[in-house]
Amino acid sequence: MTSLVVAEHDNRILADATARTITAARALGQPVEVLVAGHGCQAVADAAAGLDGVDTVLLCDDPLYAHPLAEPFAALILSLAERWDAVLAPATSHGKAVLPRVAALLDVPQISEITKVLAPDTFERPVYAGSVMATVKAPAGKLAITVRPTAFAAAGAAPAPAPILSLPAGPDPGLSAFAGETLSQAAGPELTSSKVVVAGGRGLGTADNFQLLAHIAGRLNAAVGASRAAVDAGFAANDCQIGQTGKVVAPELYIALGISGALQHLCGIKDAKTIVAINKDDEAPIFQVADLGLVADLFQVLPEIDAELARRGYN
Amino acid sequence: MNVMVPVKRVVDYNVRVRIKAAAVDLANIKMSMNPFDEIAVEEAVRLKEKGKADEVVVVSVGPRDCIETLRTALAMGADRGILVACDGAIEPLAVAKLLKAVCDTEKPGLVLAGKQAIDDDCGQTGPMLAALNGWAQATRARSLEIDGTSARIERETDRGTESLTLRLPAVVTTDLRLNEPRYISLPNKMKARQKPIAETTAAELGVDITPRLTVLDVAEPAPRAAGIKVKSVGELFDRLHAAGAL
Repeated sequence: MTSLVVAEHDNRILADATARTITAARALGQPVEVLVAGHGCQAVADAAAGLDGVDTVLLCDDPLYAHPLAEPFAALILSLAERWDAVLAPATSHGKAVLPRVAALLDVPQISEITKVLAPDTFERPVYAGSVMATVKAPAGKLAITVRPTAFAAAGAAPAPAPILSLPAGPDPGLSAFAGETLSQAAGPELTSSKVVVAGGRGLGTADNFQLLAHIAGRLNAAVGASRAAVDAGFAANDCQIGQTGKVVAPELYIALGISGALQHLCGIKDAKTIVAINKDDEAPIFQVADLGLVADLFQVLPEIDAELARRGYN
Repeated sequence: MNVMVPVKRVVDYNVRVRIKAAAVDLANIKMSMNPFDEIAVEEAVRLKEKGKADEVVVVSVGPRDCIETLRTALAMGADRGILVACDGAIEPLAVAKLLKAVCDTEKPGLVLAGKQAIDDDCGQTGPMLAALNGWAQATRARSLEIDGTSARIERETDRGTESLTLRLPAVVTTDLRLNEPRYISLPNKMKARQKPIAETTAAELGVDITPRLTVLDVAEPAPRAAGIKVKSVGELFDRLHAAGAL
């Protein structure tokens, strides 16, 4: 039997979250199969086959999977249930939507957003916005697991590519239809895998200041993040939100500008290597977790940072 | 069309929980309706106000204290409540099965649920309920339009936003940007006391709610050590360079 990893991709590029989920799957001790379901996604299957620790890639290339609809993806994974003991998906907007359907129809509990594999049936996962880490043991039977990608290293390149097995499409539940999407305009690296993240909060005050923050991020080749307050205020797009109900990041360097540091935000950045906080309120909770803090008015300090980076040759 | 909204009683989002005697200490702390569920109730009430829904039924699974949570939803404008009384830990799959049993009798045209509860952070109940019912789902909704037998949802994804058309009945889970829940006025609070709350149990609904997972341990993560304050932007970048962080 095997561990099945549900690949995250956009039909062209395999997301980094998949390589991290493969590492979690390897820890279960079973052969790893990666399911690439999509349309015109051969390149994604090739990329998955090139990752270390992958035994087989299952490619299901069909218009039914052109967009990541939860119902047909869940039906496909269920139709393959005889192949696998455990199914793992990255805890992304797609993985979180699909996996509970699979678990419910197999009548098994799901273990959400694991951060450690302690034994093949025992996992660590955060609860209460990461204020508490729980260790949970699953019963015998099939496992359905979502994986917090930042908690696992990415699988590297394999010495030789794994075989790719083509599968026919699964059933079409015909319950939902894709009707369009608006992709984020954010330039630069992807937020959850970027080495540097520059994030802004309500303290930035205006959308113009957020633009300046994005410009500074560009100089550092950093991804742009935001607190919930900044997204609610319309300064930043929803896919920039970091925290309990948004994305979790673990960059080498996290620079928080005008973010006070609510518990719900801090749990999304706690694994950052270095945290820098700039805020005008010296009592802001973000300073309790920051490695380097600067108490300053953002309106003055943003242009200063921009000039300082220009002076140091960050273009 | 009737709209059903599951509401969960959780530790208030402003409270930081602590571990005491190898368990999360829930004694004497403020409890509230899960914030995402509050958004779901608000959206359901708005659908009724727009003439798109006939009745809003709220359901809570848990101890008798959940009646307070149901009353809050009724004060926001829901019509009646159902308490599925049970004590002790209850997992999302069990909640989904109980809600499925309630759906079988209530036959809602739409279930509006929170995208996740802020205590266990599982985010499973909505999609599990959709699957058990054989229904369509849309998680993380930021807008919702009902048009006869279908719903048009805009949902927040990791890449931006996505539009879906769902066949009804369906389960839609709410994200933060869907609406801003209303302030509850005193007269509405009073009125809510008169609204009916029916009570049932897992046994009556024929659902086994025995937990399947074993919680071996709960622990507070090691806190990050506080760092230092710098005086200027120049000093900040000097230190980042010296530490090799840039």
